[in-house]
Amino acid sequence: MTARALQFVRGLVTGQRGCGCTACPFTPALTTRKVALFGSPNVGKSLIFNHLTGSYAVVSNYPGTTVEVMRGKARVGDVLLEVVDCPGSYSLAPSSDDERVAQDLLFDEPPDLVLHVLDAKHLHRMLPLTLQLIETGSRVALDVNVIDEAEHLGLGVDTAVLSKALGIPVVATSAVTGRGLEDLNSLLAGAQTTGSQVSVQYPQPIERAVARIRALLRGGYAVTETGLALLLLQRDQGARSRVMLEDPESMAEIDRIVSETESQYPQPLSMPIAVARQRAADAIARKALTRDATHTRRRSMETLSQLTVSPITGIPILLAMLYLIYLVVGRVGAGVVVDVLDKGLFRQHLNPPITAFVERLLPWPAISSLFVGEYGLITLGMRYAFAIILPLVGAFFLMFAILEDSGYLPRLALLSDRLLKRIGLSGRAVIPIILGLGCDTMATIVTRVLETRRERVIATFLLALAIPCSAQLGVILGLLSRHPLGLLIWAGVVLGVFLLSGFLVSRVLPGEASRFYLEIPPLRLPALRNVLVKTSARLKWYAAEVIPLFLLVSVLIWLGQLTHLFPLIVGALGPFMHLLGLPPEAADAFLFGFLRRDYGAARLFDVSSHGALTGASLVVAMVTITLFIPCLAQFLVMQKERGLKTAVAVAAVILPLALSVGFSLNILLKAWQVHI
Amino acid sequence: MAERELTESAEELLGSLWTAREEKSVPRGVGDGAEAQELADAGLIVRNAHEVALTEAGEAEAAAIVRRERLAERLLADVLNVGDSLATETACRFEHLLRRGIDNQICTLLGHPRVCPHGSSIPPGECCRSGAEDATRVVSPLADMAVGENGVIAYVQSQRREHLHRLLTMGALPGAPIALRQRFPSFVFDLGNGQVAVDEETARDIYVRLNGHTRAGADRPHWLARRLRRARTKRSPRGRT
Repeated sequence: MTARALQFVRGLVTGQRGCGCTACPFTPALTTRKVALFGSPNVGKSLIFNHLTGSYAVVSNYPGTTVEVMRGKARVGDVLLEVVDCPGSYSLAPSSDDERVAQDLLFDEPPDLVLHVLDAKHLHRMLPLTLQLIETGSRVALDVNVIDEAEHLGLGVDTAVLSKALGIPVVATSAVTGRGLEDLNSLLAGAQTTGSQVSVQYPQPIERAVARIRALLRGGYAVTETGLALLLLQRDQGARSRVMLEDPESMAEIDRIVSETESQYPQPLSMPIAVARQRAADAIARKALTRDATHTRRRSMETLSQLTVSPITGIPILLAMLYLIYLVVGRVGAGVVVDVLDKGLFRQHLNPPITAFVERLLPWPAISSLFVGEYGLITLGMRYAFAIILPLVGAFFLMFAILEDSGYLPRLALLSDRLLKRIGLSGRAVIPIILGLGCDTMATIVTRVLETRRERVIATFLLALAIPCSAQLGVILGLLSRHPLGLLIWAGVVLGVFLLSGFLVSRVLPGEASRFYLEIPPLRLPALRNVLVKTSARLKWYAAEVIPLFLLVSVLIWLGQLTHLFPLIVGALGPFMHLLGLPPEAADAFLFGFLRRDYGAARLFDVSSHGALTGASLVVAMVTITLFIPCLAQFLVMQKERGLKTAVAVAAVILPLALSVGFSLNILLKAWQVHI
Repeated sequence: MAERELTESAEELLGSLWTAREEKSVPRGVGDGAEAQELADAGLIVRNAHEVALTEAGEAEAAAIVRRERLAERLLADVLNVGDSLATETACRFEHLLRRGIDNQICTLLGHPRVCPHGSSIPPGECCRSGAEDATRVVSPLADMAVGENGVIAYVQSQRREHLHRLLTMGALPGAPIALRQRFPSFVFDLGNGQVAVDEETARDIYVRLNGHTRAGADRPHWLARRLRRARTKRSPRGRT
């Protein structure tokens, strides 16, 4: 008992009451509620999620960052919240994989409260989703977020009016600055409200069809029959398959009602349904929105925004951005930081004493070579991870975070749409591609934001083939920064392969071209704190992923050395290296490139800094390793996202392609006697 | 074109033969009346015991009739805001009044629409093919608007559910105010309080009822426009402040 009491006091001090066990007399009456965050892309759901749970979900200024459901726990007052952050979705009738997740959640694990987060600037446009959520019978609360940007435009939102018109609780917040978040907390901790009675008036034929379908639905559904009927009328596949399971005998009749109703309209029923919802939403928004007529808009950001999207100024701005990334990652990251850490810290100050110490402690070379020596866990594994990879990846993530938060990426998407259409993609694909420059594995998951399977397959293929990850990019920029011509050749060849193979694949793959449409968020000045938090969160994720694998590789090499298998394999790869004009030492870089791209890159960096790789052969090695097979992690994700068949096919195309490009480049550079 | 003017009822029959084929239904018992006789005399249809078929001349004439009728519907719906049931009825009569030549002008006025308000396709005329834009437009696809032009969305035309769905969820609904900011490399427009970028194919699906006057020089960057405005204000003492 005393122990429990002590724990309780300690809990009071740290702000956590109760001792965590159910029988404890000190436990306050805790209620657990499941809260789901819904809303369109890029309205700040993830920031709200981070605020509530104290955990970190990646936040950015472009739509579609969250592609999976994020879960976290939060405690507000005496209420324990289970918070679920859904990928952004414009409506409950989804049109891409990431949107389907939101609908599934409503059906499969109905939350106690749906918090609809919307952007105050777009109140008119986003209120229909609130009405739609109310329609499904969920308890809904509304968070009017990004209120600061609305005020910059001279717009105000009267939450009391909004709350009354919708019949649900409403708060206004600005998650970036932290404004209104206290109100949000008390809303979530407050008493449960009853559901709203607000409903949308649909045109007669639709209302009649809804009534007829409702009568046919007998199964137990997590959403109201009205909500379900409206989804069925819009021919939503998810809703249909659920009804197929619960009420299979009614399906034929329902399909008949849907077709009958459709025949009364020139366009799919989503049109009249959306128009009716929008009308209802407009009426509410008009009452709640106030406009400050005397307000003058700040033009400077708008002018800058205009300059970034106009091709005449936009392309130079893009090139300047790329050059800046090169400076930070290639010159500062690879040139200065890696130099200091690798040559200075590890090789001069850490490795010699550690080696001496370990060799004295473990006087058996077979065992000590596991930890120190040419391929040792500490002297090689840790050195690669901490002195080469993490600084490079960190520098890239920092630049990427700045680009992301400024809202530049959607502008890049609209600039490149025409070019990307040529290779079977659309401007949207810019987001996974640029993210791929950070980590291709992460980017392969994000290809979910693309709409057609064809586009997703092409993007997956190109990510695996021609997009170097940040570790590779950093190593390449670092090594080639001393050889500008080499860098140019490398960039030219990789870009050429990217465009040409994309063009060819888009010809071979069946399916129609995808459309491009994207919201362009306002340009924002990135907040330093958010940028740093984001960079460190990504870096932590990356380190957790990469360090164990690097250590594993060291152990594998050690085993390989002990059993003499490793020199055998490296020796077998020798002829291939010879074909590429590379020294035999480069073989293990390729071998370990299979496990982790970045390890292969680090190895090449190491080999070349010992002077074994120079000039033309360096460029050939860089090109080949860039195009080379995706690493194991990426392959596993490809297999998970696209299926084993596609993943194997992608790998089977890339391996010979990478080698033959490297081979031809080697011959060409020799034939033309290019000196780099 | 037939040598002499067809009667209204003969025109109607010719049009209905065309639409019947479009709907893949077989019209019955139409080959016997006086109208059919008139059409056969004009060399527009051929008849046998079982069926009625359009001749080459009849094909062209029928397409022109259907085109006029559907353009009339579009005109009533988009410009005159006449309700649906009334529009169909009025359009039937209206169509007979639209003679060749005028239909091209109306087609241009409406931005060369591809479907009637009921979703049936409008047979294209010479104006749609030549792309000449001499008549003043009232409705235009977003893809044909000039930078700086603005208006409200008249309708969104796409038979593909996904495309339509996307546009709807982004707020491109009939009645929404819209202004074109940029055409190349992508179409960028203001919609509500935000900006949206789309490709040309998508821009072709959005039809905009243009506002009467467009801001002159709206395609200039803001800083330039502001400086010009300031310069103008300075010159005329009673200029806008």
